Amino acid sequence: MKIVFPSMAVLACSLLLNACGEPVARNQGVYMLIDTSGTYTRELDKAQQVINFTLAKLNPGDTFAVASINTGSFSEKNIQAKVTFDDRPSVTNKQKRAFQESIQQFVEETEAAAYTDITGGLLQAVEYLNEKRPGTKTILIFSDLKEEIKEGYNRDVPLALDGFNLVALNVTKLRSDNIDPTEYLGRLEDWQGRVEQSGGSWRVINDLERLEKILP
Amino acid sequence: MTGLLDSLPLWLWFVLALVALFVARRPVHQGIFSLARFFHQSLRLGASAVSAAELRLQERNREVLLAVGREAAERHVEREFDRIESTMKKELAQYPTLHRHLCEQLTAIDEDYVRSAEVPPEPTNWAKAIKAVADIPAKQDPVVGDVLETIHNSMRKAESKALEVYRESARERHQLLKRMMPHWRSMLTTLGRVNKSVDSVIRRAGAIDGHMERYEEIQAGSERARRMLSSSSLSQFFISAFVLTIAVGGALINFHLIARPMTEMVGGTSYIGSFKIADISALVIILVEITMGLFAMECLRITRLFPVIGSLSDKLRTRMMWAAFVLLFFLATVEAGLAFMREILMQEDLAVSAQLRGDEVAATSGGVYWITTAAQMGMGFILPFALTFVAIPLENFIASARTVIGVVTAFLLRILSVTLRLAGTAALRAGTMLVRLYDIVIFFPLWLENKVLDWRARTGGSKSVEKAS
Repeated sequence: MKIVFPSMAVLACSLLLNACGEPVARNQGVYMLIDTSGTYTRELDKAQQVINFTLAKLNPGDTFAVASINTGSFSEKNIQAKVTFDDRPSVTNKQKRAFQESIQQFVEETEAAAYTDITGGLLQAVEYLNEKRPGTKTILIFSDLKEEIKEGYNRDVPLALDGFNLVALNVTKLRSDNIDPTEYLGRLEDWQGRVEQSGGSWRVINDLERLEKILP
Repeated sequence: MTGLLDSLPLWLWFVLALVALFVARRPVHQGIFSLARFFHQSLRLGASAVSAAELRLQERNREVLLAVGREAAERHVEREFDRIESTMKKELAQYPTLHRHLCEQLTAIDEDYVRSAEVPPEPTNWAKAIKAVADIPAKQDPVVGDVLETIHNSMRKAESKALEVYRESARERHQLLKRMMPHWRSMLTTLGRVNKSVDSVIRRAGAIDGHMERYEEIQAGSERARRMLSSSSLSQFFISAFVLTIAVGGALINFHLIARPMTEMVGGTSYIGSFKIADISALVIILVEITMGLFAMECLRITRLFPVIGSLSDKLRTRMMWAAFVLLFFLATVEAGLAFMREILMQEDLAVSAQLRGDEVAATSGGVYWITTAAQMGMGFILPFALTFVAIPLENFIASARTVIGVVTAFLLRILSVTLRLAGTAALRAGTMLVRLYDIVIFFPLWLENKVLDWRARTGGSKSVEKAS
């Protein structure tokens, strides 16, 4: 008994000290950018598959948003569906169902865009996730990474990607890439360099059969 | 420094070092010996202190062991006395009634016996008169013959009447004897019962004798009692540890049953430190259940972990027991509800996963889940009650752990003492070895010194011989 009480007191004190410290965010924030330019709209079924997988993986308290990449992506209007899951698992399940329905609608109704403003989408993603302040921030880019900015749009803006995990998904090869593969490899290298210089981490997953690696 | 080293050749440095070591040989030897002795004595002192601590600990262990044994023996004796008391209350408290009953039965039997005694038929007074008439000689006289005939008939009638009366009386006696039978049997049963009670008391008295003998041995602090208690304590320690491990397994299953649905009540994203509040809540519920179980066991006087509860009045103890039981029942019901909710959540998760995968139909037509639901609810309700019994092995574990920890600590202290002693001796020997090594390094100057001393001795010896001659 003499040993039990002091050890219990120490345990309680350590628990209290732990509790009084800075609260650590353990939730995840996932922002998915979907390229809707040109022929890439044909890949939307695959994007839906990724969204469903991500939805299945997310837990109560996590944040998830899906936004489209089109001519001007730095806009809240581009966010097609967004949700922060409730604390209660039953409510979370309902939210997941509703989210899936929104995405279904988006996939059915979306039209091909003329330009591909990936940087604008990234800026919007960074802003959104920073506002939500999740524990881990992941940006999924479902695109061929070929950026085409409309004339007059300034996208020469530095990205602040410190603490962000960027995952490029389904980076398809364009016809020109087939002729000159260095173009494709150069595109990937450019993006990797840009992201890593901005403080983020960069991964490419083209095999959608191993989606389990997309979230940290 | 390197300049100084380079100023002289290496061999010269070596020679100088040898000379220096040779010159400093005696003080270095003394220093090494002093240091070795210092370590030796310090370590021996330490070993003695540890040895003394070990002895004190052993003595304390012995006292603890005997105290625990004494307490256990007292408890056994007390329990046997309780049993005897209950036997006495149950059987022998009714002894006066039983005695009166036996007396009444005996009186009834006695009365019946007296009444059943055979009464010889009284001889008739007129038989002699008849005999005189019958002896009249004139038998051929028809008048006498008629008289005799009449008398004979009367006699026959009287005889048959007497026989009838006799048979009636014999029947009555038999009836009385028959009536005595149930009395005998009842007496036999009653006496059998008394015999059984007395046997039980004798048996209990024998057990008490055994316990008392053991108690006396413990009181005397005999080595046999100590050994017996020590081995019993060790076996109790392992048995209770085994049962506690099983109980921990049960508690873990219980935890998993309720941890997930708890997120529905307290949320799944709040943390205290690195622990989820839902997990902590589930753990707290289980711990409160175990505590209620401990209190219930304590109130029933099955365990004696809290002397305060044991010393409460019977009425208060009973009330407390019921309060603990009601709380336990309430928590068990809550757990059953949570287990039910767990199943619902699981089904919902499966449905959502299936929907996300695109095979909605397969998920919703999953079949009958009532068996798993019922099993989970049953486990949720029963496990808290099963965990109540943790109190018994826990008490044994705590009691035996004191002895086991004491024995293990004494063993470690002994090992430490031996190690210190060995280290002390090793330090002394190391000092001697260092001195020898020192001498090996300066073997050449020593050899020269020996030669010089020999030569001096020889020349000094020859001079003295010459002087003497």
